[in-house]
Amino acid sequence: MQNVPDVRESWPNPIYTVTLGATPKEGGTRTTTVTVGGARALPFHSFDGDVPHPPVVAMEVWDVPAEDWPEHVRAPFSEVLRSPGEWARKCVEEYGADLILLRLVGCDPLRENRSPKEAAQAVQEVLKSVGVPLIIWGCGNPEKDNEVFPVVGEATARENCLLGTITQDNHKTLVAVATAYGHKLIAESPVDINIAKQVNILAMDAGFPLENLVIYPSTGALGYGIEYVYSIMERIRLAGLGGDKFVAQPILCDVGREAWGVKEARAPKEEVPHWGEEGLRGPLWEATTAYMYLLAGADILVLRHPQAVRAVKEFIRRLMEGR
Amino acid sequence: MILIGERINAGFKDIGRAIREKAKEPIQEWARRQAAAGADYLDLNIGAVSKDPKDMAWLVGVVQEAVPTPIAVDSTQPEILRAGLEALDGRPALVNSTTAEDKKLAKIVPLAVEYGAFLIGVVSDEQGSPQDVARRVENAAKIFAAATEAGLTPDRIFLDPILMPIRFMQDQAKKVLEAIREFTLLSDPPPHISVGLSNICSEAKERRLLARTFLVMAMAAGLDAAICNVLDEELMAAVATAKVILNREIYSDDYLKVWKLRRGGGQ
Repeated sequence: MQNVPDVRESWPNPIYTVTLGATPKEGGTRTTTVTVGGARALPFHSFDGDVPHPPVVAMEVWDVPAEDWPEHVRAPFSEVLRSPGEWARKCVEEYGADLILLRLVGCDPLRENRSPKEAAQAVQEVLKSVGVPLIIWGCGNPEKDNEVFPVVGEATARENCLLGTITQDNHKTLVAVATAYGHKLIAESPVDINIAKQVNILAMDAGFPLENLVIYPSTGALGYGIEYVYSIMERIRLAGLGGDKFVAQPILCDVGREAWGVKEARAPKEEVPHWGEEGLRGPLWEATTAYMYLLAGADILVLRHPQAVRAVKEFIRRLMEGR
Repeated sequence: MILIGERINAGFKDIGRAIREKAKEPIQEWARRQAAAGADYLDLNIGAVSKDPKDMAWLVGVVQEAVPTPIAVDSTQPEILRAGLEALDGRPALVNSTTAEDKKLAKIVPLAVEYGAFLIGVVSDEQGSPQDVARRVENAAKIFAAATEAGLTPDRIFLDPILMPIRFMQDQAKKVLEAIREFTLLSDPPPHISVGLSNICSEAKERRLLARTFLVMAMAAGLDAAICNVLDEELMAAVATAKVILNREIYSDDYLKVWKLRRGGGQ
């Protein structure tokens, strides 16, 4: 019999291992922690090298009722939309979320313009109602986020949350908050590998360890630039495994927000009859977007619809088992 | 880019004197400075003042005391190379060098294999240094074949096309660039390709500019190693920039800062 050549690839540099959440022993109040990264191979290529931690699913909760979500993704949460704590509990207890992402949409000056103190209250509610680690995402207005995060960061001190996002133009306040209160950070870039690297350099330059960062390279929905993001993520992961420690961080994909922003997921059947039932189509759009990003190297997926969560978790389980 | 610090060479007066007088301090000072500048290897050469293998063993010991950097044992004499390799404390080593001469290949290739070292093969032969591209390539192929046959994988082999002083042999630099391109075709993945960079500016006035410009051009042709002055900051900045331009490193606005941090052992 002919010898089969060994074509396994080995990589010189593992992806940083990032643990979120802190149990009472570690100074926090979480009942579980979540660890991502650590891979020494491309996604699910466990035949090449160790892939110690499967990707995880965070479910998205807002500090204000998510009135802008389409009815068919809002419906599963209709009872709890007014209470971030109850909403988060439902995500964890009924739908199996590994983490909760609390998006402080209500702080946006163009929306409810809620105060830093109100934001901190919402965070506290979620912390009390669930035991999983938290991702806390600002409203996206840099000035407002810089007012909100010092208060929110202190209110969650030692809980080892993931805060976001820092950008090329706005990173100093959040770096200071995360350093002072023991949190980790999401580094955002606009589908641009050079800026992804630069943001991490800036964070490090401000004194923040590279191993406490998660890369958010921006996310596009299926049909809306997903291939650009995919190739950027692929290059980030290849460079990280190849030895570039400035892009060797785990990657987060904000799938729900993007997938539920496009008409393929939102439009009711009455508007586009040949697309079929939106109750099935929407979650499918969200899950399929997530599948793509898993293959590109996503470590944390943020999702909205319980059906998408269930499908994606099953997909991850099967890929990790090599089936 | 694999950078081999050239400064611990008895051809430099202070190093020559230190080796004769067995004075550790000047040698260790250069070892520390080159290591801090990010040298991947430190080249050690006693040739100008000693033919005694014991002096090479002493020199290796002195440098090992000062820094953890890998060492390139540099001599034309197999006994001196062996003495240097024998004195190593287990860190990675580079044998510098064999030529394509049969008698050199027969003695020096087995040394690299025996000590698990990397090997530089300089493309000169029984007739001396080649002046054309074809013989450079022919000798490179001969060295490569001898080394792989002895068990060295391409990633453990460095080929040196022999750089000549531009001041005296102006036509040679271009031929070296062509030879580098040819060397990259010897195998897939290709062997390392290295030059003694300071040769090009021997006796010239604009030494640093010549070295820097040639190095960048040679990197574009496929060079991935050099014995050079790692303390020349502009040379280092040019290497960092060439890496970005050749897409061997992801660009970021602060790529120079990253390079300095990494070379300084920070990242």
